[in-house]
Amino acid sequence: MGIIRTKDVVFEYIRRDEEGNVEGIVKAVDNVSINIKQGDFIAVLGHNGSGKSTLAKHMNAILNPTEGTVWVDGMDTKDEKEVWNIRQTTGMVFQNPDNQIIGQVVEEDVGFGPENMGVLTKEIWERVEESLRAVGMYEFRKHSPNKLSGGQKQRVSIAGVLAMHPKCIVLDEPTAMLDPNGRKEVIRAIRGLNQVEGVTVILITHYMEEIIHADKVFVMDQGKIAMEGTPKEIFSRVEELKSLRLDVPQVTLLAYELQKKGISLPNGILTIEEFVEQLRLTMTGRRTTVE
Amino acid sequence: MLRDITLGQYYQTDSIMHKMDPRVKLGGTLLFIISLFFFKNFLGYIIAALFLGTAIKLSRVPFKFMVRGMKAIMVLLMITVLFNLFLTPGTPIFTVWKLTVTFEGARMAAGMAVRLSLLVIGSSLMTLTTTPNNLTDGMEKMLRPLRIFKVPVHEVAMMMSIALRFIPILLEETDKIMKAQIARGADFESGNIIRRAKALVPLLVPLFISAFRRANDLAMAMEARCYRGGEGRTKMKPLIYARRDYIAYICILMYLAVSIFVGRLSFS
Repeated sequence: MGIIRTKDVVFEYIRRDEEGNVEGIVKAVDNVSINIKQGDFIAVLGHNGSGKSTLAKHMNAILNPTEGTVWVDGMDTKDEKEVWNIRQTTGMVFQNPDNQIIGQVVEEDVGFGPENMGVLTKEIWERVEESLRAVGMYEFRKHSPNKLSGGQKQRVSIAGVLAMHPKCIVLDEPTAMLDPNGRKEVIRAIRGLNQVEGVTVILITHYMEEIIHADKVFVMDQGKIAMEGTPKEIFSRVEELKSLRLDVPQVTLLAYELQKKGISLPNGILTIEEFVEQLRLTMTGRRTTVE
Repeated sequence: MLRDITLGQYYQTDSIMHKMDPRVKLGGTLLFIISLFFFKNFLGYIIAALFLGTAIKLSRVPFKFMVRGMKAIMVLLMITVLFNLFLTPGTPIFTVWKLTVTFEGARMAAGMAVRLSLLVIGSSLMTLTTTPNNLTDGMEKMLRPLRIFKVPVHEVAMMMSIALRFIPILLEETDKIMKAQIARGADFESGNIIRRAKALVPLLVPLFISAFRRANDLAMAMEARCYRGGEGRTKMKPLIYARRDYIAYICILMYLAVSIFVGRLSFS
């Protein structure tokens, strides 16, 4: 059994009009069953309102499913005794960097989680140092969070979760409010966590470029899992992605269009380097068959 | 424009006063203020001024920063001095129009002025040498006994430090909303007070909405990081008294004894 497993999860909320009358029931998450392996890098993709954030909030017991069950490291999230253990197992990073930093100094913010868990003072300092180094923010430990850039703030938030020594980190659109540079910084830090520290990462996003390094991708639409597979598999289904109102990375789209025009290129090209390499193979005529 | 407001007036240097435990500084300031109200003669004020002077010297904060705090109470100070000067009955020195300055009045006014100045400079010294965060920490620990009476000490301290963290963010946001409104023709700067106050309404509504949204987000982020109140919480930077803090306590107590003893002598 994986670190996070959901079975037939449904989450409903009641939509009301301005007088508070019930307008209808919306299924934000509809019958989702997934199984996430320890150590994987998982991406959950979907446009606005597809239910991806709602699903993410089930993974550390912020929300409880209306129907079905979520298990985190074998613990049922409905079990109130386990809530704090669950939140220690899966850390969560949110979208707005300003609204999740509590401390007035970077290091104090990173220490907030361990303080809540009752970790001894000496160990808190060790954890703070190690987490700040892991995201490359150690030089900023004495700074005020207000003076940092968006990308730096998000890295501090990640360090804050990392200091709790979680087995799994859920990041709910951590780059949505950042500029391109900030986004790169954060994604690099997240990949580092996954590869160096071996933390399971669940990245919720609507940026296609961010999922190319994932081990597995779930595409959500109207609360359901619409597609599932490796990034290569997902990106080779260009038409399907378009129908879900998702943009394919430019280079993948270019390869796809060229393919349609009869140039032999493999499916699901994800990076510019790969595209150049494949195109050179085709041009020099060394490719004999199309995969 | 709004961003220029600095909150708290912490002055960053490295000195023994900065390193001191906030509880010592809080307690010391309190005792110092109390001592000022015991004096009956000017010798007491001289001792108090000397004590404060030494503390300022040790803090390495330039004196002009202390005086800055005085500006805020200048009006209050003037009113107190004038009232004392003219309205105290006693032996008259001279009379202007209908107002008589008495010997006792002059004495009272001078005493009041010195007392208020020392009081303000003394408390500025504390805020100049202690970060707001440290101050809330110190208060939390000092007020801890009040928990027996069900006073939520930890929660109040937590709220204070969160408020301090969000003040610059909300100021920035106010600035942003203001600019957006100005760009669409809002006028915040002309008209009488009532008009200006009315102009603030479209500023405050979005600000409040965003503040509530932020509060909601922050609460969720805190819960996600296992925050569940003060019970079973450890401290990353616990307050522990060092040797210098005990020495400081002894100094303060010695000052208190000497100044009150000398200050209450009467020379008649």
